[in-house]
Amino acid sequence: MTVGLFIPCYVNQFYPQAAVATLQLLRKTGVEVVYPTGQTCCGQPMANSGFEHLTQECNDLFLKNFQGFDYIVAPSASCVLHVKQHLHSTDDPARADDLRSRVYELVEFLTDVLEVDDLKARFPHRVGIHQSCHGLRGLYLAQMSELHAAPFSKPLRLLSKVDGLELVPLDRPDECCGFGGTFCVAEEAVSVKMGKDRVNDHIRNGAEYITSVDLSCLMHLEGILHRKKSAVKAIHISEILNASL
Amino acid sequence: MGNETKDHAALAEAFIRDEERVDWHDGALWWIRQKRDIASRQIPEWEALREAASRIKSHVLSNLHDYLLEFEANATRNGIRVHWAADAAEHNAIVYSILKEKGIRQMVKSKSMLTEECHLNEYLIERGVDVINSDLGEYIQQLDNEPPSHIVLPCIHKRKEEIGEIFHEHLGTEKGVSDPTTLTRFARRHLRDVFITRRAALTGVNFAVAETGEYIVCTNEGNADMGAHLSEVQIASMGIEKIVPKKAHMGIFLRLLARSATGQPITIYSSHFKKPREGQEMHLILVDMGRSRQLGRPEFRDSLKCIKCGACMNTCPVYRKSGGLSYHNTISGPIGAILAPNLDMKKHADLPFASTLCGSCSNVCPVKINIHDQLYQWRQVIVKEGYAAHTKVLGMKAMAWTFSSPGSFSTLGKAGRWVLNNIPVAVNNRFNPWFRQRDMPEGPKESFSEWYARNHRPGGAVDPAPKASSDLQSIQPE
Repeated sequence: MTVGLFIPCYVNQFYPQAAVATLQLLRKTGVEVVYPTGQTCCGQPMANSGFEHLTQECNDLFLKNFQGFDYIVAPSASCVLHVKQHLHSTDDPARADDLRSRVYELVEFLTDVLEVDDLKARFPHRVGIHQSCHGLRGLYLAQMSELHAAPFSKPLRLLSKVDGLELVPLDRPDECCGFGGTFCVAEEAVSVKMGKDRVNDHIRNGAEYITSVDLSCLMHLEGILHRKKSAVKAIHISEILNASL
Repeated sequence: MGNETKDHAALAEAFIRDEERVDWHDGALWWIRQKRDIASRQIPEWEALREAASRIKSHVLSNLHDYLLEFEANATRNGIRVHWAADAAEHNAIVYSILKEKGIRQMVKSKSMLTEECHLNEYLIERGVDVINSDLGEYIQQLDNEPPSHIVLPCIHKRKEEIGEIFHEHLGTEKGVSDPTTLTRFARRHLRDVFITRRAALTGVNFAVAETGEYIVCTNEGNADMGAHLSEVQIASMGIEKIVPKKAHMGIFLRLLARSATGQPITIYSSHFKKPREGQEMHLILVDMGRSRQLGRPEFRDSLKCIKCGACMNTCPVYRKSGGLSYHNTISGPIGAILAPNLDMKKHADLPFASTLCGSCSNVCPVKINIHDQLYQWRQVIVKEGYAAHTKVLGMKAMAWTFSSPGSFSTLGKAGRWVLNNIPVAVNNRFNPWFRQRDMPEGPKESFSEWYARNHRPGGAVDPAPKASSDLQSIQPE
């Protein structure tokens, strides 16, 4: 099984440690991982701003980079959801259809494809899970609080096996953090207020770390934590799952 | 109103300045969302009910022409006078002509978002007809000369002390009285006089049943009934999408409506109006006002399924933090943001962007409207129709160019990280909206691509032990 590692643009530039953790984690499970080096962006920032018509070059580049892999895996639910919903090709629509069905978010891949049970990780800290909306309501990584349906959580299932990790319950377990792509600057006041309220929920309930499947949410929450000089840290889930015994 | 020149972001920013008020507003609405969760979970078949309601509405929208004619025929047979209005102007003129013919100069009106959209009150007042809103929340908003901020809870953004002040100013209650029971009793006494003296009463319509020609009005205060039962002229205004085929379908919709809206099992009053009393005139106005245009937009037609429960507003974190008036439209929140651009795309071009696309709205919607997908689709339409800001268009084109090739991306990425580390003031300033209340991410020395190139030999060979993540050096900002 060969996996193409899809590292979103901002993760590549700002959070390389999460990309490294993802790579190492996948290799630990015994899969062959290749990182196609010509990657840029999936096109989501443009598409969510109403400019999906400008994303064809991003699509074409993605198709070129990720041709021929059994699976494509990324440490970002948001970018994965965008690719799953919007990757199109004008020249070869069938190829785009095929690629879309092979794209997975890391936790989803570990759970559903590799069926990993225990990653033998150790992280002796109190951790709050921030459910990214695209992971939750887009990729169904966990049950959504609005629905009358049986509970489950793929991130929680993996984190509950981490040695020493104590999960922190939250008052509002799946409320949006307010990042929202260009929303975070276009609607700065609302975005920050939403982020502050999320951060305070974690702090109030005693979290030392806030983790998530999406670094975009974490970048926003981390910016707020830093500004208020909080000791609480944001950390991508791959780094916790990759933390060794 | 000054609101009309400001967009959602600016109005929201003004609302958020009073953070304590925002916390209170957010908490009040979140409490209602929780009540909705509890109420919906008491019905094991909740999700099946949503699905059934959604399908009935789909069927109605696909057969609207036939159902409207069936409803008109049955309502007419019952003795209701049915009118058709293409837009607000026609609707308002019909109401006025009915009142004028009877020489009526005073009317009481129960909650109706449609007449708010039509600006009926202003229209009638200009023509010398006095209108009083009898829903308590709408009554308060009318006294304060403000539109409703929420379709179910019109004055949810006001605190009881502010309402006490409004009552003191307009109704002469004692200054400083803010006890809700005292104020409500006072309003009730005042409204009783209104009900008794008004010869005409207008109500909204929640549902209209095609097979029987009756319509249903749901309230908690009984104010629609008080007005209607005491009037000699009863008028109902309804959007053409409010039709349900059969009376039996009300068993689905009434169970969903109040649970979704406030977490109640059912509205206190769910009144069926079928024919006029002896000596009474009953009129019903079927209003299009952009609905048939929306029906013709395949990606947006499902927005017409809405039963106006307000659940999407209560769950929406953007709505809770920014207040309903920041949407500068009668219907606010997520559903307003997908309905409003159909009415005036230029004026409401900002609304589909007033969302993080978190998707909670679609999950609570009792008729399963894919609200967040429609918000995304409206963004594409608004940009294509040329209603995006010029600077945004340029920015997006630059972004598309950057991402079109790995070369430009890695060069700019490297440059960006260098700036973060070496001239932080270039980004850490008040002109950068990210930085105003948030710190920028740290700029690591090395991107992942660079790390990968350093640790993996060309041709795909891999170093035996990839460097641990702690080897990645990131530079701490001062």
